[in-house]
Amino acid sequence: MTIMRPKIELLTNEYKEKIFHEAKTILQIQGVVIENSEARDLLQEEGVENEGPRYFIPDDLIEKLRVYAPSEIKLFDREGKEVIQLTQDNIHFDPGSAAIFIQDLNSGVIREALSSDYIKFSRIVDHLPYLEAHSTAIVYTDVPNDAQDWHRLYLALLNCSKPIITGTFRTESFAIMRDLLELTRTSSDKLVEKPLAIFDACPSPPLMWSNLTTQSVIDAARSGIPSEFVSMPLAGSTAPITLVGCVTQHTAESLAGLVIAQLAKKNSPIIWGGSPAVFDMKNGTTPMGAIETMMINIADVQMGKFLKLPTHAYMTLSDSKVPDAQAGFEGGMGALLAGLAGTNMISGPGMLDFESTQSLEKLIIDNEIAGMVKRLIQGIVSYDEPFAQNILKDYDPSVSLLSHPTTLQLFKKELYLPFNVDNYQIINRETRDQWKTSGETSARQRAREIAVKLSERPVREPIDDNLRKELDNIANNHLK
Amino acid sequence: MVLIMDSIYEEMAASVVELDMEKAKSLAQKALDEQLPLLEAIEKGFGEGIKRVGNLWDAGEFFLPELMRGAQVMQEAVDIITPHLEEGSRARETKGKVVMATIEGDIHTIGKTIVATMLKANGFEVIDLGADVKAEDIIAEAVKHRADLIGVSALLTTTMIGQKKIIELLEQQGIRDKFKVILGGAPVTSKWVEECKADGYAENAVAAVTKAKQLLGLS
Ligand code: B12
Repeated sequence: MTIMRPKIELLTNEYKEKIFHEAKTILQIQGVVIENSEARDLLQEEGVENEGPRYFIPDDLIEKLRVYAPSEIKLFDREGKEVIQLTQDNIHFDPGSAAIFIQDLNSGVIREALSSDYIKFSRIVDHLPYLEAHSTAIVYTDVPNDAQDWHRLYLALLNCSKPIITGTFRTESFAIMRDLLELTRTSSDKLVEKPLAIFDACPSPPLMWSNLTTQSVIDAARSGIPSEFVSMPLAGSTAPITLVGCVTQHTAESLAGLVIAQLAKKNSPIIWGGSPAVFDMKNGTTPMGAIETMMINIADVQMGKFLKLPTHAYMTLSDSKVPDAQAGFEGGMGALLAGLAGTNMISGPGMLDFESTQSLEKLIIDNEIAGMVKRLIQGIVSYDEPFAQNILKDYDPSVSLLSHPTTLQLFKKELYLPFNVDNYQIINRETRDQWKTSGETSARQRAREIAVKLSERPVREPIDDNLRKELDNIANNHLK
Repeated sequence: MVLIMDSIYEEMAASVVELDMEKAKSLAQKALDEQLPLLEAIEKGFGEGIKRVGNLWDAGEFFLPELMRGAQVMQEAVDIITPHLEEGSRARETKGKVVMATIEGDIHTIGKTIVATMLKANGFEVIDLGADVKAEDIIAEAVKHRADLIGVSALLTTTMIGQKKIIELLEQQGIRDKFKVILGGAPVTSKWVEECKADGYAENAVAAVTKAKQLLGLS
């Protein structure tokens, strides 16, 4: 039995109530700008008042719809196996999304990506044990512009069997992406029964839902596909400089998303997500690795739990340009805090440079971090009592406790064993001499070796030939 | 007299550096009331102030909120004076006209707005068309306002193509040589600028000002 779940909290119940209350007041009095005509119709049918595009969502409508949003979402892999439960304090990791560049594994140069890069990336994610989900993590340039969103989902399905976090860049793409998913599951009902992908949708801070992302929320709701709201107040720029102000704005924007989704279809699955950031006042950038960014994320997740919704955050990211010490400590702190906060879906592994560059080396290092975080949140387990007395009675100085039955039985459970690929490990615990003879490598160099080795391995579950052909057909039809 | 004037100009510059909106506006009003040489008030007074703000930013002493506020203080003070400038000097007072927008399909505005503000503060007249603006409309506005420079922002790899379209349309309409075109936004690289045959790009707002001055032969 776990003695206690390690936790971090930044808000008391009193303040969660206050934030929730103020967020509802904001929606009612300041309102939210809705660009999408279908969403406007839905709101007007409920008698929601508006001034032009600004809709004033009343408290009672929020309260009425809130109960419909499910508090648990399960995700199933391509083969139909349940692999993720987004609920309570469970945590899961997936690579950070939609990078516009990739860091070349050989040269270290940051460059535009090609589809071959994303294929390789997907095949590596398939093998990383602590990333339970994949994502449409990199945008590549060798497909036409209007295919840049949906094509990634297609390649993800072909090359990795894990559930996928994705999203649209154009409203027209949703239908193509839904077709790819439904075909994989064989029908729309089966896709609803066993969700395979999540669609990210960002409100536009402050207090606006754009046409594109609102349409994605409505389309997903009507298809029974989970939407993940990625509200991103930027402290001091598109949101108040105060962290508590950002959390309040995040709550208001996300509640507006909840209303739209539940009006589109009752009980539609939604995830209380976010990618807030503070604004770097020197460089005008949006640091994802800033400690205050992480603090806003933690509080956002707490608000999601307060509302009994599955949660998500963009953490484990770094703003460094290379997988260096900064990337390690920002990524490590983010993953750790996200885990302690009990964030159900943690997006970020691999990501550098303000969500703009994916790095395979960082991805592999972050997988290791995720493994350690998962060990931490399992906490300290109490087996039999007394805890030590009986074991110590058996202590024999000639063999120590190394071969003791309890050691044998429990060492793989009590200890996190670093991920090992053909004897390469990110974490080095060799003796100094061993380390010298094995090439005096750094974690980054070992990550590169592991990336190469994993990319050469066959995927765990190759896609069925017929399914591949059918997916190819859809893709080819739309590429014309 | 020169000494007194110098001390008023110094006060004007200081009001910008101190981010004191009320003081800057009342000094602008004083320049009108006392019929001071208005162009000089802008250049040696408020203009000097924003230059110092820029230097403080370069030196790492000022941060973005101070830079932006300094730009606003400068702008509002100058706005009080401008209508009273003679026609001829009004033209001399602006460094050039810039039409700025975020391209069609793209709603990322933050970077574009910071660049627009910095250009304004540095003496450019900026017409900010906002976000999600069609290439055709950007060009029409540039033509209408007889702009010197067109600045186009794109943050999405899917919308960047619109930046190229601007150049293509300018060429088609036979007016490419009427405007300098600069690009910006996270996915924009020097390679892309070359491919589009644009005139330049900048990674941040301060570099954007330098680039704009350089392209218009002001530096
Ligand atoms: C904030 C943000 C948003 C906000 C924007 C709010 C606003 N009012 O602008 C919101 C939430 C609305 C948003 C929405 C989306 N976003 Co967004 N967003 C960002 C983020 C995190 C930061 C951008 C930013 O403001 N940076 C701060 C400013 C100051 O920097 P900047 O814009 O780069 O500008 C500076 C320079 O580039 C330059 N500059 C800029 N413009 C110009 C112009 C000229 C002429 C010059 C000379 C210089 C110049 O100077 C500026 C000042 O220093 C970026 C990540 C990133 N690394 O850029 C993603 C990012 C750009 N977004 C992304 C995506 C995918 C989206 C969405 C499609 C998500 C979705 N499905 O909902 C939507 C797009 C909707 C649309 N149609 O546009 C992706 C793009 C991926 C891709 N392949 O292109 C990114 C890279 C994040 C990611 N990895 O997923 N986003």
